[in-house]
Amino acid sequence: MSRQQQARTAVLSREEMQRLVGRALSFSQAEGCDVSIGCNVTGNTRFAANQLTTAGVVEDANIQVQSTFGSKHAVVTSNDLSDESLRRVVRQSEALARLAPDDPEAMPPLPQQRYQAVSAWFDATANVTPEARARAALTALEEARRSSDLRAAGFIVTGGSSNCVANKAGLFAYHRNTYSNYGLTVRTLDGTGSGWAGADDQDWSRLDAQQVSRRAIEKARLSRDPTAVEPGRYTVILEPQAVADLVGLLAYYLDARQADEGRSPFVREGGGNTIGERIVDPRVTILSDPRDPQLLSQPFDGNGLPLGRQVWVENGVLRQLYYDRFWAQRQNRAPTGAPACVKMQGGDSTLERMIASTERGVLVTHCWYLRETDPRTVMYTGLTRDGTFLIENGRISRSIRNFRFNESPLQVLNNVEAIGEAVRVGAGGDTVMPALKVRDFNFTSLSEAV
Amino acid sequence: MFDRRGFLRTTGAAAVALAAESAIGVTRSARADSAQQPAMDASTRDLLMAALNAARGAGASFADARIERQRQNFVVTREQQIQNVVDTDSIGCGVRAIVDGTWGFSATRRLTRDGVAAAARQAVAIARANRVARDQAVELAPAQSAGEAVWRSAYRVDPFTVSVEEKANLLLRANAEAMKAQNVQFVNSALFFVKIEKNYANTDGAVVAQTLIRSWPTFTATAVSPDRSDFQRRSNVVAPMGRGWEYVLDADLVGNAQRWGEEASQKLTATPVEPGRYDLVLHPSHLWLTIHESIGHATELDRALGYEANYAGTSFVAPPDQKLGQLRYGPEFMNVVGQRSQEGCLSTVGFDDEGVRPDEFHIIRAGLFSDYQTTRDQAPWLRWWYDRQGAPTRSHGCSYGDSWSSVQFQRMPNVSIQPGERDLSWEDVIAATDRGIAIIGDGSYSIDQQRLNAQFGGQLFYEIRGGRLGGMLKDVAYQMRTPDFWNAMDLIGGRRSYELGGSFFCGKGEPSQLAAVSHGAPPARFHQVNVINTGRRRP
Repeated sequence: MSRQQQARTAVLSREEMQRLVGRALSFSQAEGCDVSIGCNVTGNTRFAANQLTTAGVVEDANIQVQSTFGSKHAVVTSNDLSDESLRRVVRQSEALARLAPDDPEAMPPLPQQRYQAVSAWFDATANVTPEARARAALTALEEARRSSDLRAAGFIVTGGSSNCVANKAGLFAYHRNTYSNYGLTVRTLDGTGSGWAGADDQDWSRLDAQQVSRRAIEKARLSRDPTAVEPGRYTVILEPQAVADLVGLLAYYLDARQADEGRSPFVREGGGNTIGERIVDPRVTILSDPRDPQLLSQPFDGNGLPLGRQVWVENGVLRQLYYDRFWAQRQNRAPTGAPACVKMQGGDSTLERMIASTERGVLVTHCWYLRETDPRTVMYTGLTRDGTFLIENGRISRSIRNFRFNESPLQVLNNVEAIGEAVRVGAGGDTVMPALKVRDFNFTSLSEAV
Repeated sequence: MFDRRGFLRTTGAAAVALAAESAIGVTRSARADSAQQPAMDASTRDLLMAALNAARGAGASFADARIERQRQNFVVTREQQIQNVVDTDSIGCGVRAIVDGTWGFSATRRLTRDGVAAAARQAVAIARANRVARDQAVELAPAQSAGEAVWRSAYRVDPFTVSVEEKANLLLRANAEAMKAQNVQFVNSALFFVKIEKNYANTDGAVVAQTLIRSWPTFTATAVSPDRSDFQRRSNVVAPMGRGWEYVLDADLVGNAQRWGEEASQKLTATPVEPGRYDLVLHPSHLWLTIHESIGHATELDRALGYEANYAGTSFVAPPDQKLGQLRYGPEFMNVVGQRSQEGCLSTVGFDDEGVRPDEFHIIRAGLFSDYQTTRDQAPWLRWWYDRQGAPTRSHGCSYGDSWSSVQFQRMPNVSIQPGERDLSWEDVIAATDRGIAIIGDGSYSIDQQRLNAQFGGQLFYEIRGGRLGGMLKDVAYQMRTPDFWNAMDLIGGRRSYELGGSFFCGKGEPSQLAAVSHGAPPARFHQVNVINTGRRRP
């Protein structure tokens, strides 16, 4: 069997998933039974030190069965989809569920739902061969080898997956998608310069490997011989990936229950949460929309709840927090589902105009090793990486040493000066972010790391 | 109270003696135990051979195959509720092949002779496809064949034989104890178990069956101030370990939970730290993570040579010819050993994922950097160094793949700081310190991509005044530069104060793989480290 045929057949179709769900449910003797199935065929090609290092193809599938008796439930998963295995998984989840203590927050089964259709499958991606990935890698490797001053390290992944969520009460959700991603770090041989670029698209034919390679190589050369600049508060221009790295963190804090319980940045002192309050600059709008052409994300969450357009922050005001079914019922709100995509809407500026309008500032390519230091304020520490530049008098004047920062995305979004065009970023999943110019960004120390 | 300079003199002198002998006193070999476990079952062996034969038949000069079954079990609770009970099970076969000096890898969950043979042929085909982008041919360091071997990790009670009721009951009782503490309104706790059955064979004749168990109780108590102006958490209370259910019982969650709750509560009224330079006394429950980030990752050979540049980063411990035997990592009494044999550690195995029996090796000897972590295809890069040392060019046995579907590569062995010559306790080190901050438990952690600039928080912070622990502090983090930090270590605890910490989730590689690893350390003191206050007002 050729790889192309395998890619097509190993990603299960709606009908194949329906048949598997039917088999699993036919073995169920529990009051409730939820079934989720996921499968994927993924190829990858990895290179470093100017040569290809590892590459592979992995195909896998997984079934998850949750059996429910009253308010007792338990989950069992397996990657064996044979009838014998399905029977065993169902039986085990029933045995575990019977032993499990009552869950006072258990919800009744989700009835049949309607889902928006999202077309995220591209044959051009599903049929990518190892040779095609190797050729894409050569867009960086050939230039790096030819130039003799560069060392390239990158990773290319392509593949397809499908998922379904179903239950005994008639729920059935199915989605399939393809994915392709290319990330590249080019370092100068003298060890003083490093540049990163990346791209992500469901459609391999739209992923411009040549352009990623060119950007990373340019950044590597431009970032050579960095000088040390004093840490402190700076006007900063964050490229879209750096914005995604920081603003994407807010997704971890959008849980309504945590806020209502008093342990979230969105706690209202005295009780409740801050929905309806202005939390960031009025030009900031953050949303999730699986049908957005830049996002094309799964239109249901892991529990089968439909995902539509959900605006979290609108013109700076916190409009919505995440409500699961239990907490929504308890608080008399509609459940939101848990989206897997995020977009911050763009503005009318561009990276070039942001630089041109900056007397003195720092341009950041992307961020590294972000870790929470204070959940009350979404305070994080992290570092700049692979292309940090000083801007003086409206132009990039020189490469500078990386900084460690201690900063909160909430603070960053309160200090916005300009917003660029929103683009799909190279790392972080289905994420669309603009470049941002912000003031008073808090760099706390220098890093010698290149 | 101890005199610090006296200690410096003593420990410095002792280090030379300690380095001269085998300093691996705290490790115990977890030897193969064939009496307790049958050899690899015939059908698994048959599949492995089918894969190897197919790879050889398709033109591979070397191939290996791993059939792994990985089971996980979680019981997840909050307060007096069971949130979830989950059992996962994944099994499949991964095949690696070298053709014309180039690697290829393929993995399948189809465990039939045809399925694994197809994966093997695909691994060969991918190696051929990669040849176009090859620069240098892969060379494998010679390895003594493991032959037929069986090994299991050090567990007494398999957690997968313990009922869900017993697990849930333990957590709910612990949660109830923590809720007795003032202002503790929430408790999240879980038990997390992993069981891996690894079956490995290669064309050098290794046929190895291993069983590994890992256990980790997690627990977080959250205290909320009555006016909701603050909340504080106490978590990371019990280290994950390569042990079984007996380890969970020994951790005495129920007996300790109220104290953990009270510690969360005390943080609400703790004094915000005044930024500045302090002598830090770091408990092993904290120091393991600093070791992990600033020594463990920095001394991975693939990282040092740029093989992780696009994700995990590179290392300041490079290039090897300018660092081996030359880089002063820390004081003379500092000895750091890599090994995968210490009983109960997370990285401990009988054989690595290319059939090599790992050895114990000094990464830092008497303060000097002395070796990297390696696999078979990396060790030849350091032949010049091993030749100079009169040592064989061999892999240290650090190959690991986190699943049947993940290609194996260099991962961290257990990397531990050896105890000092004088058998000092935690209390002794505190008593020897006039003014400083004691840190217990791991918290926030971040380090740059070359492992130089780092910032670490913690769980509990106490002022030290006149050799005694004083009041609790909060919002403490220290910023450091790796060699400066370790060279500022001026006092180290002894064998009786040595403890293990570790992680279930150490990430590296693309696609990202997770590995579990332990780090042992005594408490240690660091002179005049930069401490910052991480607390802020809400925007």
